[in-house]
Amino acid sequence: MATHTDKAFEKDLHDLREQLLAMGSRVEKLIADSVLSLSDRDSKLGEAVRKADAEVNRQEIAIDELCRRILALRQPAASDLRLITTALKIVTDLERIGDLAVNIAGRSLDLNQAPPLPSAPELSRLADAAQNQVKRALDAFVHADATAAEAVVQGDDLLDALYHTLFNDLLGLMMEDSKNIRRATSLMFIAKHLERIGDHAINVAEMVIYMVKGTDVRHPRSRGKRPN
Amino acid sequence: MMQLTPAPLPNPPKLKVEAKGLSVRYGDKVAIKSVSIGLPERQVTALIGPSGCGKSTFLRSLNRMNDLILGASYEGEILFEGQNVLDRAVDVVDLRRRVGMVFQKSNPFPKTIYENVAYGLRLADVPPKAELDARVEKSLQQAALWDEVKDRLGESALALSGGQQQRLCIARALAVEPEVVLMDEPASALDPIATAKIEELIHELKALYTIAIVTHNMQQAARVSDVTAFFYMGELIEVGPTAHMFTNPREKRTEDYVTGKFG
Repeated sequence: MATHTDKAFEKDLHDLREQLLAMGSRVEKLIADSVLSLSDRDSKLGEAVRKADAEVNRQEIAIDELCRRILALRQPAASDLRLITTALKIVTDLERIGDLAVNIAGRSLDLNQAPPLPSAPELSRLADAAQNQVKRALDAFVHADATAAEAVVQGDDLLDALYHTLFNDLLGLMMEDSKNIRRATSLMFIAKHLERIGDHAINVAEMVIYMVKGTDVRHPRSRGKRPN
Repeated sequence: MMQLTPAPLPNPPKLKVEAKGLSVRYGDKVAIKSVSIGLPERQVTALIGPSGCGKSTFLRSLNRMNDLILGASYEGEILFEGQNVLDRAVDVVDLRRRVGMVFQKSNPFPKTIYENVAYGLRLADVPPKAELDARVEKSLQQAALWDEVKDRLGESALALSGGQQQRLCIARALAVEPEVVLMDEPASALDPIATAKIEELIHELKALYTIAIVTHNMQQAARVSDVTAFFYMGELIEVGPTAHMFTNPREKRTEDYVTGKFG
């Protein structure tokens, strides 16, 4: 692939990709750890997730700053411009994913204080699916692979189905015994957070498609209406 | 929401000038090869590309300025209002009145501001003083220079700043009421403020004229033009709506050029 004549610009873009990757892998780890803190009843890990989120926030700020600097100083065009605008949007999704992992960890810390509920196998499947979506969206970004990103967008149906099954299972537990309500509600929140993580992965994947192909695939049903 | 894939225009604009299979040679050297492109009426078309790509040769073909270069020869045709301007029978003086030109370096005549603008009008015929005054004023206003020079029309044009001189040259080109205005790097010798004034002027002028501009400054092309054409090594590589050319060009060579990956 041709490189930029301006080596400093080339380096800026390289740094941007590296920083996004570092942030992405940190966020992936936060999700995994937050889920482990629940399944392994490991409250130390839960605390670590809460602390690590500060670094994700710092990365978001640094990436935004780098993007603004590149926009101001380099006037990027074409694929460079699409990379920068994609970066500016996906850092927000990554940061939100980090926040959701923190929320999951918080709920886990609470749940770990009480005896475990009868196991809900769908929860670990939902957690795996959400992590997998984030991982595949980030891989699609790294490899600038629009086909892989499209697969992520399609993959959201599984997450939604798992979420609804889990929701009903937890409702059932609540109806069986009112002592379950507090814990089942926490698990419902966790399920919702995982489902939201999946939505953010979709956002990332949609931006990857835009970055690679230059076509905006978001909100297909809103197409054809022009803003006033 | 911005669609980056080029949507077909509801009514394709009329092409004011259309080159078909245009090749230009200087002696044995081929400067441009079989270029086909139209200039949409009352729009700004930017011609971009590295030095020696043929963009200025293309521009200067449109009003036969290349004729002045020894050994220049043309193939193909350039239709202007249906007539081939490369036809030997074409009156090039009349052609250059209808297809005016502004150059990189402002080149006012060593005369008064007024006489610079009136010069072309006097060549055609000598209109009555009142009419001449009116047309000089109108041209200077169109060139956004009137307010700055109206009290000093009798002063030498050479006393004006670089940016003012360039707008004076635009006024001079407009005075003979052209239909097309060709600009060859019109702002490359100007400071950013004077450049912004020229760019603003281009926006205003396109309501009345069809404009083609050669520029090395890609941000300038992005700012002022509706359509951008990328030339490379004498060929037209890609032409399309400017927003599309700068966000999602089709051709790899265009992509490499607008992102600064050449050479």
